[in-house]
Amino acid sequence: MKKIVKLEGLCCANCAAKIEEGVKKLPGIQDATLSFMTQRLVMEIEDGREEEVVEAARKVADKIEPEAEFRVIR
Amino acid sequence: MTKKQKKMVKRLIVSAVLLAAGMILEGKWNVVWVLFLLSYLAAGYDIPLKALRNIRKGQVFDENFLMTVATFGAVAVGELEEAVAVMLFYQVGELFNSYAVGKSRESIAALMDINPEYANLLRDGREEQVDPYEVEVGDVILVKPGEKVPLDGVVLKGNSSLDTKALTGEAMPVDIQQGETIVSGSINLTGVLEVEVTRLFDDSTVAKILELVENASSRKAKAENFITRFARVYTPIVVILAVILAVVPPLFLGGFSVWLYRACSFLVVSCPCALVISVPLSFFGGLGAASRQGVLLKGSNYLEAVANLDTLVFDKTGTLTTGKFQVSQVIPAEHGEESLAAEKLLEVAAYAECHSNHPIALSVREAYGREMDPSRVRETRELAGKGICASVMVDGAWTEVYLGNRRLMEELGIENMQEPSAMGTTLFAARGQNYLGCLVISDTIREDTRKAVADLKRQGISRMVMLTGDREEIGRAVAEEIGLDESYGGLLPADKVTKVEELLRTKQEGTSLGFVGDGINDAPVLSRADVGIAMGGIGSDAAVEAADMVIMTDEPSKIIDAIAIARKTVGIVKQNIVFAIGVKVLVLILTAMGYATMWAAVFADVGVSVLAILNAMRALRYKRQ
Repeated sequence: MKKIVKLEGLCCANCAAKIEEGVKKLPGIQDATLSFMTQRLVMEIEDGREEEVVEAARKVADKIEPEAEFRVIR
Repeated sequence: MTKKQKKMVKRLIVSAVLLAAGMILEGKWNVVWVLFLLSYLAAGYDIPLKALRNIRKGQVFDENFLMTVATFGAVAVGELEEAVAVMLFYQVGELFNSYAVGKSRESIAALMDINPEYANLLRDGREEQVDPYEVEVGDVILVKPGEKVPLDGVVLKGNSSLDTKALTGEAMPVDIQQGETIVSGSINLTGVLEVEVTRLFDDSTVAKILELVENASSRKAKAENFITRFARVYTPIVVILAVILAVVPPLFLGGFSVWLYRACSFLVVSCPCALVISVPLSFFGGLGAASRQGVLLKGSNYLEAVANLDTLVFDKTGTLTTGKFQVSQVIPAEHGEESLAAEKLLEVAAYAECHSNHPIALSVREAYGREMDPSRVRETRELAGKGICASVMVDGAWTEVYLGNRRLMEELGIENMQEPSAMGTTLFAARGQNYLGCLVISDTIREDTRKAVADLKRQGISRMVMLTGDREEIGRAVAEEIGLDESYGGLLPADKVTKVEELLRTKQEGTSLGFVGDGINDAPVLSRADVGIAMGGIGSDAAVEAADMVIMTDEPSKIIDAIAIARKTVGIVKQNIVFAIGVKVLVLILTAMGYATMWAAVFADVGVSVLAILNAMRALRYKRQ
């Protein structure tokens, strides 16, 4: 399942890289990319674990860049 | 500017004024440190707070922490003024960063502002504004002047001109009439149009393009991955060096505060953001510049690949040629018993093909171009693999007309047919057993193909190959006419894949191979090539899905623009990487040796990032030659 999240207000390119790295390591994630410019985090998640993984990703983002608002698009 | 940025500007102005006042009053007033302290707080009171918060969350080496330690250290060694200046400039740099990034995001969002907000749905003769998602196939919508076309469809009533600039990069409006198809995302300029919807919003052109553009930067270029990996090791290494610098030399040389000051400068230089930000910003600008030309790329990795293009493989039909068949020559028999005028020959042929829907028949009728009277034709028979036979009323008498290939003529006992010089498919005509002449039907070469091929050569594309399912001779003739060096004919779709794989093996190391097709039947080849380039992206889902780069219009010359943009972007990225790393390393060396002050360190961090960002913004600007 593909999940797309917008990180509104993401303002540090290095943080974006760190968030991407952190999310990639989450269990249940097959692949993740975070584009600093479009502020979109695209995650490929194992079927059935979407909710749990998105929640974990939210924690990762909040830890590294608390200013960015984490909004699930679809 | 956002609210947050405006507030920051005010803070920085206050801070700068206080700093200036402090510098003027220094030595004249003994509580001048109060001014410096206030200046520091105005510029960066939040930085130590953020550092603390992030440490609590387990994030240690972020730039907030580094700046806090560096400025506190400077204060500790008595360099109050410099501590304030470092914080002030750091914040100025951050503000500039966020402003530049915001601007760049905005300008690309505006460029891609093709998303329609609503559709005027006609229901029982009444007009109702609804979300484009709610419109079903077969519904009728109204598009007024100035509105975006929300869904793909066919015009039922009205005519107008459309602005397709956002989709194709083409500034000239396109005229549209009743019965023609209309593409979502274009803007209706003059007349009211009644449109029957042919596709749901999810399948519409506009939704496909938005999907593509929004996901574009999720495929990262090598340079992007390099810089984030570099940053990951760079910061810890410099921080460790700073600690060593603060502890080791004083043990042997003494002068603790001098070394602490140098160590603090190291921490300022160790911030990674300047390095990391300029690379994605450049690529993003490049993607934006390309889409402004009507060229969409599916990721910044493809910008790199396009910049390295060295081999281009073209599909012939629909790519270099229009894919539309046209009668290019009409040659009546010279020595036949019946000599006909060319006009007459075309008329006879058109009537014989009256009931056929074969593309060749269509082109013959189109060339004839007059109203046809179906009662002048009867008993049409298809002669499989040979042609057609029909009874046609010519000059008031029913005559048996044969129309077909050379084999058909030979079976009729006709010899001495002409050998037309033009390439293409030859259609021979006979009345009974009397040879009438022939028509040559060929695919027409696109207007800008020849120039595109010449320009691509000039741009340094060393090998250009044409593949076609057509006969070898036809392929070779077309290739020769447009100036291509190599062509291979008689290929099935699977053969094209094999051929491209062969070319991939023989290409030079470090270069890339692009395949240009129209997305019809060549999806496997498009995905096999390093860069799959699809032309005529508008209205062709297959192309948009299979390709890595989509040219929205039918112009092969857009590849030249794409290459120019890609090379410029990659050049900017390289400049930025070399410049940023170079300056940082240089300043670190000078600082360690005591030749540089903290001012130089601030320049290495903030100054470099500002310059790199200004350089990155150049990627967005591209002028078509």
